Amino acid sequence: MDFLGQLFNALPGSVSQGLIWGIMAIGVYITYRILDVADLTVDGSFATGGVVAVVLILDGWNLWLAMFIAFIAGLIAGLVTGLLHTLMGIPPILAGILTQLSLYSINLKILGKANQSVNVNQTDLLVSLRWVKEFAFHNPLITVSVVIVVLIAILYWFFSTEMGCALRATGANLNMSRAQGINTSFNKVLGIMLSNGLVALAGAFLSQFQGFADIKMGQGAIVIGLAAVIIGEAIFGKIFKNFALKLFSVALGSIIYYIVVQAVITLGFDANLLRLLSAAIVAVFLAIPYWKRQHKAKHMIKAKGGKSHA
Amino acid sequence: MLEIKNVEKTFNPGTINEKKALNGINLHLNEGDFVTVIGGNGAGKSTMLNMIAGVYPVDCGNIIIDGVDVTKLPEYKRAKYLGRVFQDPMTGTAADMQIEENLALAARRGKPRLLRPGITAKERKEYKELLKILDLGLEERLTAKVGLLSGGQRQALTLLMATLKKPKVLLLDEHTAALDPKTAKKVLDITEEIVTKNNLTTIMITHNMADAIAVGNRLIMMNNGKIIFDISGEEKKKLTTADLLEKFKISAGQELSNDRMLLS
Ligand SMILES: Nc1ncnc2c1ncn2[C@@H]1O[C@H](COP(=O)(O)OP(=O)(O)O)[C@@H](O)[C@H]1O
Ligand SMILES: [Mg+2]
Repeated sequence: MDFLGQLFNALPGSVSQGLIWGIMAIGVYITYRILDVADLTVDGSFATGGVVAVVLILDGWNLWLAMFIAFIAGLIAGLVTGLLHTLMGIPPILAGILTQLSLYSINLKILGKANQSVNVNQTDLLVSLRWVKEFAFHNPLITVSVVIVVLIAILYWFFSTEMGCALRATGANLNMSRAQGINTSFNKVLGIMLSNGLVALAGAFLSQFQGFADIKMGQGAIVIGLAAVIIGEAIFGKIFKNFALKLFSVALGSIIYYIVVQAVITLGFDANLLRLLSAAIVAVFLAIPYWKRQHKAKHMIKAKGGKSHA
Repeated sequence: MLEIKNVEKTFNPGTINEKKALNGINLHLNEGDFVTVIGGNGAGKSTMLNMIAGVYPVDCGNIIIDGVDVTKLPEYKRAKYLGRVFQDPMTGTAADMQIEENLALAARRGKPRLLRPGITAKERKEYKELLKILDLGLEERLTAKVGLLSGGQRQALTLLMATLKKPKVLLLDEHTAALDPKTAKKVLDITEEIVTKNNLTTIMITHNMADAIAVGNRLIMMNNGKIIFDISGEEKKKLTTADLLEKFKISAGQELSNDRMLLS
């Protein structure tokens, strides 16, 4: 089959995967953009969500309840990182790495082994790769889209409340926040918790979608999350100013990321090098604002110099 | 209204960088007092305000605001009693948030922040009226990001935020120092207007001696972490900058040195 045909065939699967990782990327957006901390807990909490969901589903729990518990597990992971940072004074990146490392053991304990499959034929699931081409309500494209719309609506409301505004202020200006009576430590913990709750929820969806949970399923998640945030901002940043639309653009960024990955694989790119490619792309995009600032600063010095000569 | 009792602060104790920034500060402010503070670089002026605000803990001594001993309260809890404007216009406002959002954050100072709306339609109307007083055209730009404002506009906005909920004490740390003379004058005028209208108890650090004499009902001078001169009422009104320099020389045994100090 030709390239386009193959790509088109794989598209529903890639878009579904992009949507699921989109939930995760919205979590990353909360820490990275709103709170202004890079939180590496997510690599662990993503797997925690996946592991918890699979264990509970196999145990016969109600599916939505299992998802909710996975979300709570993510909140707890975030709580640990938040407290390591605010109570113990550990820099946020290191705090995240410590939690991530501990989660590796914890996830292994929860699952009892390195991976565990859930078969759609034997178990009721919310989403599955099997259904991506079905014209039905349980098609993951529809299910996950609905979930994302609901999540964005809730987040949009939350960030407009007094508590949400205080969280945004904490990320925007710590000194000002404290001067205005905002408990910045509390808000940092809250933001990191919320973020990891969403990340775990995404992991819970992914394990069902792919039909197994694996304790390594969150490896590199932070890079994918950042890539989604960056792609979303680069493409839609100029037109989407509203907060809900910004969150939406993060989800779109994730979808685009997975379509590009699919296209690259379809073209015959060595799949083993994908992570390297992702990391390189994210590195370049992270550098762009820095380069821009330097370029601007140089111009300003030149402009000033020119004036004083005149 | 404000009572500072024997407050001391040493930075980096036991290291080569040890610095005694406050060396036994005692100060009593009555309600409605407007005190200006002058002193050389490193005299401990900012540190004194930071101690009142709870930015760092004191080594010893007590700080009492309106009868409440706040010495052990963290910064964010003391904020309930205080309005603050900083020297750097970037510090007092959140650049990434809108003008009205900044004001709404300030309006909730000292209250629990729960799941009520972060800003209401009624507030928007009030803020519009309040911003008109500044006469900077900000009332037409309620939803503009604060990052787009000039330094003077940001300081005026910070002043409004600091006084939106009447503070027990207003702390101003060289809040006009980063502005050009014309803007500085404007922000100082707004300051006096707001302080007078609300009868606020105020401490204003300034590097401008003439302002320190012209504004407020009391003036204190600091050197080496101590208050070396304290003058108020009629006596203060008669002061000249020459008097102040002379006083400094007598009390401190050296010339007043502050590279930013303005004599006129
Ligand atoms: N956070 C800090 N850490 C260490 N030293 C400090 C700190 N803040 C102020 N100092 C030192 O304390 C002294 C008083 O500083 P400050 O109160 O800022 O003086 P000023 O009167 O110019 O406002 C200075 O020597 C300063 O270097
Ligand atoms: Mg100072």
